[in-house]
Amino acid sequence: MKTTTGYHGVPRWIYAVAAAGGLLVVLPLAAMLLRVNWPQFIPLITSESSLAALGLSLRTSAASTVLCIVLGVPLALVLARGEFPGQKLLRSFVLLPLVLPPVVGGIALLYTFGRQGLLGKSLEAAGIQIAFSTTAVVLAQTFVALPFLVVSLEGALRSAGNRYEAVAATLGAKPTTVLRRVTLPLVLPGLASGAVLSFARSLGEFGATLTFAGSLEGVTRTLPLEIYLQRETDADAAVALSLVLVAVAVAVVGLSYGGRRRTPAAVQS
Amino acid sequence: MSFELQASLQARNFEMSLSLTDHETVAILGPNGAGKSTLLAVIAGLLRPDSGSARIAGRQLFNLDAGTRHWDAPHLRGTALLAQEALLFPHLSVVDNVAFGPRSAGAPKAAARETAQRWLAEVDALQLADRKPAQLSGGQAQRVAVARALAAEPELLLLDEPMAALDIHAAPLLRRVLKRVLKDRKAIIVTHDVLDAYMLADRVVVVENGRIVEEGPTRQVLERPRSHFAAGLAGLNLVGGTLGQEGITTPDGRVFAGQHDPDWSPVPGQAGVAAFPPSSVSVFLGDVHGSPRNSYAVTITDLEPHGDQIRVRASAGTDGTLSADITPAASADLGLAPGMEVRFVVKSALVSVYPA
Amino acid sequence: MSIRRQHFTAILAAGTLAAALAGCGSGTNATATPTSSLSGEITVFAAASLKTTFTQLAKDFEAANPGTKVKLSFAGSSDLVTQITQGAPADVFASADTKNMTKLADAKLVDGTATNFATNVLEIAVPPSNPASISSFADLAKPGVKVVTCASQVPCGAAADAVEKASGVALTPVSEESSVTDVLGKVTSGEADAGLVYVTDVKGAGDKVKGIPFAESDKAVNTYPIATVGSSKNKELAAAFVAAVTSDKGRKVLGDAGFGAP
Repeated sequence: MKTTTGYHGVPRWIYAVAAAGGLLVVLPLAAMLLRVNWPQFIPLITSESSLAALGLSLRTSAASTVLCIVLGVPLALVLARGEFPGQKLLRSFVLLPLVLPPVVGGIALLYTFGRQGLLGKSLEAAGIQIAFSTTAVVLAQTFVALPFLVVSLEGALRSAGNRYEAVAATLGAKPTTVLRRVTLPLVLPGLASGAVLSFARSLGEFGATLTFAGSLEGVTRTLPLEIYLQRETDADAAVALSLVLVAVAVAVVGLSYGGRRRTPAAVQS
Repeated sequence: MSFELQASLQARNFEMSLSLTDHETVAILGPNGAGKSTLLAVIAGLLRPDSGSARIAGRQLFNLDAGTRHWDAPHLRGTALLAQEALLFPHLSVVDNVAFGPRSAGAPKAAARETAQRWLAEVDALQLADRKPAQLSGGQAQRVAVARALAAEPELLLLDEPMAALDIHAAPLLRRVLKRVLKDRKAIIVTHDVLDAYMLADRVVVVENGRIVEEGPTRQVLERPRSHFAAGLAGLNLVGGTLGQEGITTPDGRVFAGQHDPDWSPVPGQAGVAAFPPSSVSVFLGDVHGSPRNSYAVTITDLEPHGDQIRVRASAGTDGTLSADITPAASADLGLAPGMEVRFVVKSALVSVYPA
Repeated sequence: MSIRRQHFTAILAAGTLAAALAGCGSGTNATATPTSSLSGEITVFAAASLKTTFTQLAKDFEAANPGTKVKLSFAGSSDLVTQITQGAPADVFASADTKNMTKLADAKLVDGTATNFATNVLEIAVPPSNPASISSFADLAKPGVKVVTCASQVPCGAAADAVEKASGVALTPVSEESSVTDVLGKVTSGEADAGLVYVTDVKGAGDKVKGIPFAESDKAVNTYPIATVGSSKNKELAAAFVAAVTSDKGRKVLGDAGFGAP
C-alpha cells in the first residue's frame, strides 16, 4: 500500500528501537555468513550426505505442505464458517503446535503413531510401520506446520466474508461449486501464503522429527538434523548447510511477500 | 397466487406474510431496521425463521409449521438476490460472472457464455464483457450484477436497495434498465426511494418494526398514505384520528377539516387520517384570531433548506412531527429557531381525509 | 473429548520420559574426609553422561569441604570444548573421550596433564520384554530387527563402528541418532528393538531397559579424562576436585554407576 499523505505518525525514537530489533535478527545471520568457509563451500554443500539431506528436506516439506492443504483447508473452513459446539476448543487445539515445543509434539506423535502408540498398534497389525520412516518425518512436519496454514486461511476467509458465497448460492450454485468457484479463488492469496509458511516451517522442523522419526541418511535425516549432526565434527559443513537453509527460507518468505504485494497491482492492470 | 410467504422470527421481532401474483413487482418500503433485508434473506434461504412456510408456483421453499422441517438450501430456490453492492466475483471476468448462474445449472461453458452475452446486451453492458470487476464503475458493476441475477433465470428476483450505493448520475440508467427487465417479472425490490416504487413497482408494501403496516397499489399508497413512513416518503404530513363530518378529530380533540372523495360519505367514528403537504402549512407567531380550526400550537425542532424553501419541522405532541414549507424571507421575518413555540395553520382545501 | 485425552496422555508421557532420562537418583552416601582449608567456588564442565555421578561427587565434595561450592555444567564434550575455548569460565573439564581433551590441550587450555578417571563400554539396550530376543551382538544383524545406534560423527557412534569392524558384524540401523540419550529414548519408548548405548546409560535407565553385555565391546573402550582448565581462577580448589574424582571414593561412585576403572 502506498502512503498517500506525507505524514507517517511514527516518532523518531521508534526507528532506533526498530533498528535494534532488526539487528537482533540480521546480525547473527551476518556473523554466520562471516564464518562460512567459502573455498570449500560448494564441496561442503554438495557432499553426498548434504545432498541427501537437502533432497529429503525438500521432498518431505513438499509432501507435508500438500497434506497441510488437504487437511488444513477443511479445518479453516469449518473454523471460519461453521457453527458447532466445541468450535473454540477445536481452534485452540489446532493452534497448539504453534506454541508447543516441537519435541513435545514429537513425543505426542510417538505415543500416537509409534509402535506402542494409540494408532500405531493397529497400524502395525495392518502392516503399516511409521516409526523410522519418511512418513514419520512428513507427519511430524505436518503436525507443526498445519496451524500456519489454518491461521492464515481462516484469517483470509473471515476478512473475505461470506457475502459472495451467499450471492453464488442464490444464483443456483451447489455448496461444493461455491467452494470451488468462489470461496477458494477469493482466498487464494491467503491460501498461498499459508502454504508457503507451512513449507518453510516444515523445512525447519527439527525437534519433533528427531524425537519421532529418528535420523538416517536419505530416509529421515532432514537438513536441520544433518546440520545438528555435522556440528559435532565438522563446523564448516554445519555453517555451510545452515546458509543453504537460510537461503531457502529467504527465497520462500520473499516469494510469499512478493506474491502478496503483486496481487493488488495485478487486479488493477 | 404465484408466490406466498408467511414467516416469523422472534429474535428479530419479525412477522410477515406476503404474496405476489405472476408478473408482479412489489416494492418493500420502510425505515432502517424495519425487517426489509430480513424478509429477503428468509425468502432467499440465507436466514431461517422460527416458523412459517413459503412456496413458488406450488413448489415448497420451506415449511417449518406443524412439525415439518422442510428447508430448501438457497441454491435450490430459484430466488436470485441482487444486493446494494454488486458483489461481482472479483476473480472472474464480467462475462464469466454473468455465466455463473447458467454454469451452476449445468450449462456447458460455451452455451453459458452465450447466455451471458445475451443478458449483458440486455443491460447495455456487452462492451464490458472482457473486463474484470475491479475495472468497472459502480453503475456498470450493478448493471452487470443485474444481468448475472437474470441469467440465473430466477423465478423470483430479490433486489435489496440496488440503487442505494450508486451516485446520482449512475442511478437513473440502472433504474431504466430495471424498468425494462422487471416488466412482467416476479420481483421484490427493497427501496428507500419513492421514485423506485413509482417506476418499478406495481404494488407497495410498507413495513415497520418487522410488521407490514400498509400495502396496496403504488399510486394509492403514496398518494393516500396511511402510515407515517409512507407519508414521509410521499412528502406529506399525516395526522390520525376519527372521522367526522368535516374531517377528522385527533385523540386530543383537535379537528382537521379537509376534503374527501365526493362519492364517499364518511361513517362517523371510523378511524381515518388527514394528509396534507408541507406547502399547505403557514407559520404564525402568537395567537391566531379568527377560525381556530386547522390551527396547532407546535414546538419547532428543526429548520432545514428544502429546494428554494425552508422546511420547518415541529413537534405537535401526540400527533408526532408536522412540517411546513415557507420562504426563507418569511423565516427570517419571523425569526424562527428550534425550540420556539409557534402556530401551524393548515389550509383545509389542501387537506385530504380518508379512512385509515 | 478424544483430542483432549490424547493431549493429556502426551503430557503424561512426556513427564514419564523426562523422569526416565533423568535416571534414578544415586542413593550413594559416601562421606569424604575433610582435606585442607579449601574455600571458594569452581565450575565443572562435564560430559552429559557424567550427570548423575558428578552431581553426587560434587555434593560429597562440598560436604567434605565446608565453604566450597561446585557448580556443574553438563553438555556434549565437543560443545563444552567449544564453550571453554570461547571463554566460558570453567575450572575443571571432564570429557567423555580423549579426542576432545586433546582438542582443549591443543588450545593450551589444560593445566598440566589430564588424568584418565573412568572407562565406559557399549552395551546393547533392549526393551524389558526383549521383543526381538537379542542375546548377542550378532543378533543385531538379524533381518527385521530394528536397531538404533549413534551416528558415526558422535563418540558412541564411532565406538559402534569400531565394534562392527572388529566383530565383522555389519549393522543396518533404522536410525543413527546424534546423541546417546536419543538412542536410549527410542528403546525405552519401544520404537526400537535394540540400541547400542553405554553400560552407564543402561544402568541409569533403571528397569526401563534391559542391558545385554557382549564380548566385542572391549574393542571400543571409551576413556574419560579429567583436567584442571588453564584459565581457572581457583586452581587449588579445582585440583582438589580432580583429586576427589580420581580417589578411591570417587571411583566407587563411578563404579556404582557402571563406569570401569581406567
